[in-house]
Amino acid sequence: MKKQTAFLVRRLLAARMPVILVALIISVTLMTDGQFVQFANIVNVLRQVSFEATIAFGMTAIIITGGIDLSVGSLVALTGVAAALVMRATGDFSPGLAIALGGLTAVVLGGGVGAMSGVVVAWCAIPPFIVTLAAMLIARGAALLLCNGQPVDGLPEQVLFLGRGFVFEDVIGKSLPFPVLIMLIVYALFAFTLNRTVFGRDVVAVGSNEEAARLSGISVRRAKLLVYVLTGAVCGLVGLLHDGKLNVGDPKVAEMWELNVIAAVVVGGTSLFGGRGTMTGTLIGALIIGVLNNALNLMHVEHFWQKVVLGAVILTAALADAGLRTLERKTE
Amino acid sequence: MSTRLRFENITKTFGGVIALRNVSFDIAQGTVHAIVGENGAGKSTLMKILAGVYQPNSGSMRLDDTPYQPRSPHDAMQSGVSIVHQELALVPHLTVAENVYLGRLPTTRILGTVRYSALRRNTRALFDRLQLDIPIGASAGSLSVAQQQMVEIARALSLEARVLVLDEPSAVLTPREVSSLFKFVRTLVNSGVAVLYISHRMDEIFELAETVTVLRDGAHISTHAVADVTRAQLIRDTVGHELSAQFPTRNSTIGEPLLSVNALTAARRFRNVSLDVHAGEVLGLTGLVGSGRSSIARAIFGDVHITAGSIAACGAAGPFRSPRAACRAHIAYVPEDRKREGFLLHRSLRENLTLGHLKDVSQAGVINRRSERATARTLANRHRIKHGGLDAPINRLSGGNQQKALIARWLRDQYRIILLDEPTRGVDVGAKAEIYGLINDLAQRGAAILMISSELPEVIAMCDRIAVMYEGRLAGILDNADRAVTQERIMTLAVGEVAT
Repeated sequence: MKKQTAFLVRRLLAARMPVILVALIISVTLMTDGQFVQFANIVNVLRQVSFEATIAFGMTAIIITGGIDLSVGSLVALTGVAAALVMRATGDFSPGLAIALGGLTAVVLGGGVGAMSGVVVAWCAIPPFIVTLAAMLIARGAALLLCNGQPVDGLPEQVLFLGRGFVFEDVIGKSLPFPVLIMLIVYALFAFTLNRTVFGRDVVAVGSNEEAARLSGISVRRAKLLVYVLTGAVCGLVGLLHDGKLNVGDPKVAEMWELNVIAAVVVGGTSLFGGRGTMTGTLIGALIIGVLNNALNLMHVEHFWQKVVLGAVILTAALADAGLRTLERKTE
Repeated sequence: MSTRLRFENITKTFGGVIALRNVSFDIAQGTVHAIVGENGAGKSTLMKILAGVYQPNSGSMRLDDTPYQPRSPHDAMQSGVSIVHQELALVPHLTVAENVYLGRLPTTRILGTVRYSALRRNTRALFDRLQLDIPIGASAGSLSVAQQQMVEIARALSLEARVLVLDEPSAVLTPREVSSLFKFVRTLVNSGVAVLYISHRMDEIFELAETVTVLRDGAHISTHAVADVTRAQLIRDTVGHELSAQFPTRNSTIGEPLLSVNALTAARRFRNVSLDVHAGEVLGLTGLVGSGRSSIARAIFGDVHITAGSIAACGAAGPFRSPRAACRAHIAYVPEDRKREGFLLHRSLRENLTLGHLKDVSQAGVINRRSERATARTLANRHRIKHGGLDAPINRLSGGNQQKALIARWLRDQYRIILLDEPTRGVDVGAKAEIYGLINDLAQRGAAILMISSELPEVIAMCDRIAVMYEGRLAGILDNADRAVTQERIMTLAVGEVAT
């Protein structure tokens, strides 16, 4: 009997994320007299979470290896400015080519900075917290230096589609914002990589027991390096989209994003100790935070209170994770 | 001599496994009482009951003729029963004095700050009483292993100890350090403490102890006065009679050397080690803990930096840069510490069986889930791993099945050289026999096997030749084709007494 209860509790805890999200959506709908479920509002929530959620998938991979990346926000700013400079310089020839070049620049630059962090983390055995804290400051400074602290404007107007446009607008109307499509594609790619590829399994093995992974012939360093490269590249992608949202490359954007991104990952059930986590959890975690913020806005809750609520949610998620671990130890 | 401690019909079971059954014997005060037995004989379970870590299912203990029922190690210490474990537990960055009184530092009443003058005074008084010559202000990490051990003993004795348990204290010590430890133990005994001394080593028992108790398979076999007993008698008691039954015989032809290690040296670990392992052969590698056995296996596997010497494995030239490179040279390594080095504890049996070998079941980096599952199922069935589903976490398996799974991971045709580090540690008798079967099977299929083990009966029964380490050097390689090497001969080499 006791065993069955424990089993039930564990299944509930394991499947808690979608349950919580649905419960949240229902209660929010009731509390806002249905305002929340209006189509435009839902699309709005999705668009609001899309940038940070996209990065959160990369962050999930890093956290599963037992690492952390504090430089993601700065990387969005740096790659955004770099992409803007490239697009401004080449925009006169062909807007399409300019955007392609800008995007390439952003992704390669983001991946490159990620690679530098990754190399130091994997080869020099310095805690990722310190390495990426340094990378965060360096990248932010570099973003400001690149453009003298002034937003870079004069971008080809087509770039606006990347941040504000809708896909298949003629067919389905304003229902699928371009950044949301990108978020879903990145989600699918990362989920596939984590669950179905050798590299994904290496990532889990490294976070679960690094020593065992190494002694099984897995290249621990390569796995660690790659998650930082991938996350950096994703930041570059978001940097480009962000240019499209603002129509400028601004070195001051995405402040504190690293913390919001980590919050989404943790609320999504990924353990900061490494070794366990899912991309779907992170997607749901990002949505939970997005829905909450949106609901608090709709209910005209003061902005200051929103921070308190978000903090409480993160703490609850961490407590649930700790509870799950204790329960697992006890039922072993 | 009056009785200090009495065990009365102590029985302890874990799940369905009986660890101790009806164990009864007495320990006199002011004596050294040795306890011997093979791994799994129940020594450590009995000591844990004594220390209040476990409670017995039935039976009782009496300390100085009053009932003694410790509920926790803290309880036991309050009653004057202390254990010094094999693994040292000092805080390296604190001073000797701080370590001795850790958790009980003298403090001022109002601010709660540490009264260092009192701490120094107490420690010095204690060390004087024990005739210990160790600087009390030095950081614990700067002491030699032997000194650290004595500090641990001093800590155990800082609360008026009546019973002191020393769990294989000499395993990590050099002979000279052992003799100073013995002198120290005698001082303690003279002051009336009863010392329970757990050891594998016959020499030490005959040198130090007054009484010796033998445990085997959880049962009390005998208690002798050391003066009235012979080594042969003790070994018979320890080993029992059905020694040969649990080791399956092997029928393999020994061929070319697959692994050649030549003058291998790794700074501060071992030096100038040369050995060959042939196809179809099991080479035993034994020696005391800390003699460099595991380091050699790890060095061959590319996990310890090598300062000189060479390795040849199946034609590939080493030393290898990484475990990954060693794997490519057809070398497999099963580490000693399953939890720390072997498994992804919270992941499934399937993932653990295919760890590091997903290439075999994937195309272009994408795993074919069906063939991964099939591979895992084949391995689990072939090696009779009892499990509750391939997707259940591996830490739900029994120790024996975990160990079989860990070995099974490496039982693939590409590995011709298998390094096994204590393959049967912490495994029950039935699983042991199956693991020996696995090893024989590998040898019969032409693999070269290097087996590290501290269990001498196992080494003698399983190995074609036995290499013995002493303080980082190869003390000798004994030919054991007829399985006739004696434990004494191995131990003589292992403690560095005579060269062959």
